[in-house]
Amino acid sequence: MHDFSYYIQLLLAGITVGSLYALIAIGYTMVYGILRLINFAHGDIFMAAGFFMIFISSTTSIYVSLPIVLILTVILGVAVERVAYRPLREAPRMSVMISAIGVSYLLQNFATYYTGGLARPYPVIPFLTREVTIGSMTVKALTIITPVLTVILVVALVLLINRTKIGMAMRAVAKDQNTARLMGIKINNVISITFVIGSFLAAVGSILYFSNYEQVTPTAGAMPGLKAFVAAVFGGIGSIPGAVLGAYVIGIVETFIKANSDYAIFSNAFTFALLIVILVFRPHGLFGEKLAEKV
Amino acid sequence: MKQKRYLLYSLLLAALILAALIAIDNSSLKSSMLSTILQKGAIYALLAVSMNLLNGFTGLFSLGQAGFMLLGAYTYAILTIPVEARRAVYQYFDGGLVQFSVPVLVGIIAAGLVAAIFAFLIGLPVLRLKSDYLAIATLGFAEIIRALIQWNTLGPITNGSNILRKFPTYSSLLFPFAVSAVCIGLIVLLIRSSYGRAFKAIREDEIAAEAMGINLAKHKMMAFCTSSFFAGVGGAMLAMFQQSVQAKYFTSAMTYEILLIVVIGGIGSVTGSIISSFLFVACSEWWLRFLDAEHYIGKFKVPLLRSGFRMVVFSIVIMVIVLFYRRGIMGTNEFSWRAIEKFFKDPFGRKAREEERKKVTTSHE
Repeated sequence: MHDFSYYIQLLLAGITVGSLYALIAIGYTMVYGILRLINFAHGDIFMAAGFFMIFISSTTSIYVSLPIVLILTVILGVAVERVAYRPLREAPRMSVMISAIGVSYLLQNFATYYTGGLARPYPVIPFLTREVTIGSMTVKALTIITPVLTVILVVALVLLINRTKIGMAMRAVAKDQNTARLMGIKINNVISITFVIGSFLAAVGSILYFSNYEQVTPTAGAMPGLKAFVAAVFGGIGSIPGAVLGAYVIGIVETFIKANSDYAIFSNAFTFALLIVILVFRPHGLFGEKLAEKV
Repeated sequence: MKQKRYLLYSLLLAALILAALIAIDNSSLKSSMLSTILQKGAIYALLAVSMNLLNGFTGLFSLGQAGFMLLGAYTYAILTIPVEARRAVYQYFDGGLVQFSVPVLVGIIAAGLVAAIFAFLIGLPVLRLKSDYLAIATLGFAEIIRALIQWNTLGPITNGSNILRKFPTYSSLLFPFAVSAVCIGLIVLLIRSSYGRAFKAIREDEIAAEAMGINLAKHKMMAFCTSSFFAGVGGAMLAMFQQSVQAKYFTSAMTYEILLIVVIGGIGSVTGSIISSFLFVACSEWWLRFLDAEHYIGKFKVPLLRSGFRMVVFSIVIMVIVLFYRRGIMGTNEFSWRAIEKFFKDPFGRKAREEERKKVTTSHE
């Protein structure tokens, strides 16, 4: 039997992973709330942010590259929306989804080409990876920083959406695009800002995630991306607190499954089983709105 | 009269293809790149058409293809490995639990059936879901299957995460073509039946279809199980083509590849899927291979060409098709002799336009 501190350590690790999924899941849930589109490329934008960090930090210091990475990722996210999603605004849902899969394919293949397909070591960011001791446990600083930072960002985002003009515009567009347009809201700007926020959070998540796992591969974004999407569905797509809760549930359970070597292979499968169960019993998720289909 | 002529053309074309295949099969070309492309193309054609039945004809956006292929490939391999070879294949599991083997054709049909049974079980809950949710749920299902097969506890049956090999494969190039042709023929018959028309009605408008008295659950389930059956058969064929099978390669990337073939060919066109399968396989395995190697013209090194560039070019082509030629090669049209005849009589539609103009002017007078 393991002692108590082992489980506490697992729980801490689970909360960290959950926080990272939460940061990615928010990008999914916001885009889905507004465009009704699963942005399959979101996980790959997260991966691209990892590579940006590797390349930029090889030329300048870590602290200069952090903001540059955030900016580049945001540009990439908005560019993807401009090029691949905006021209298909009026197209059938399936086309847009295929376009999203195409972008994901392109980003992965480009990363494979650019890096030669090998895993690249992620630069060490000293203030995230130094070790701290709490009581009898020694953990990386980012295990503590990640959940705190996530909570701060989520609170800021909820305030942004509920208390500011742009937040109100986002809610309006999510409710009804045509009416929002008639009210003078510039739909395209609102959508771009959604992608800015989503990509920014993905970049923050990427810095924390890859500092923890220490290397980046071209397909590194696919699984965390899908899991974050499941988290978003679990919480009710379009709901930010729901996505965060879902992310924590998945992160913690997954960490415990991974710790048991007999069942470790099911750590990914668990997430999808959870997805199917939730879709069967509560198709609109824990906090999602029920959407009636209009004839 | 015309019908008869078109039938004759079709028979001639089929005979021509058959003759060409037999010629390749009996010549030194058999072990060449061309033969590999043809075999893989035929298998991918079946996989693409089976996916098209679901995504293109019934409008159910499913991303579970790799999972059903995996089930088919494993079912075939597990059932057909000769008993005497099992000790070597299942070396970590004392020869495994299954101590019999079945003939090849039984194995292939069983592959389809197992995939269809799983499709039925998973379809009960997930087919109630709408577009994106269905896509992600089926994608998740494929991941679950992959994990399950690699699970060590099931090792005596599935050989865990180890490779399965030594099962019987085909020796003639004609075999994959024959199986694919029969399966695609069955799918076409289904599409042309009243069931197929119900599928299309569901694709166009679910609510209207339901109002017309189409049983949504029943027809969706039928399309899902049929498509999975043929995906399973395709998986078995792929296993035979590769001569070995391992669960870790059946990832969502494989599903995306087949989805992209369907998109390039035209969502809702059987012939489009077939043509684009061969094109896709030929480009990715052969014609575009040069993009992956470094080339020199004199002393000048051609820029960009490096391992992996082929896939970048490929993804860009796919994005261009998705964004600008959403209809793909064939749109929702099928190959028809009439269209070809029309093309040869009037290559650029000039005559047709002139006639149209005449009609308009006469109607004004």
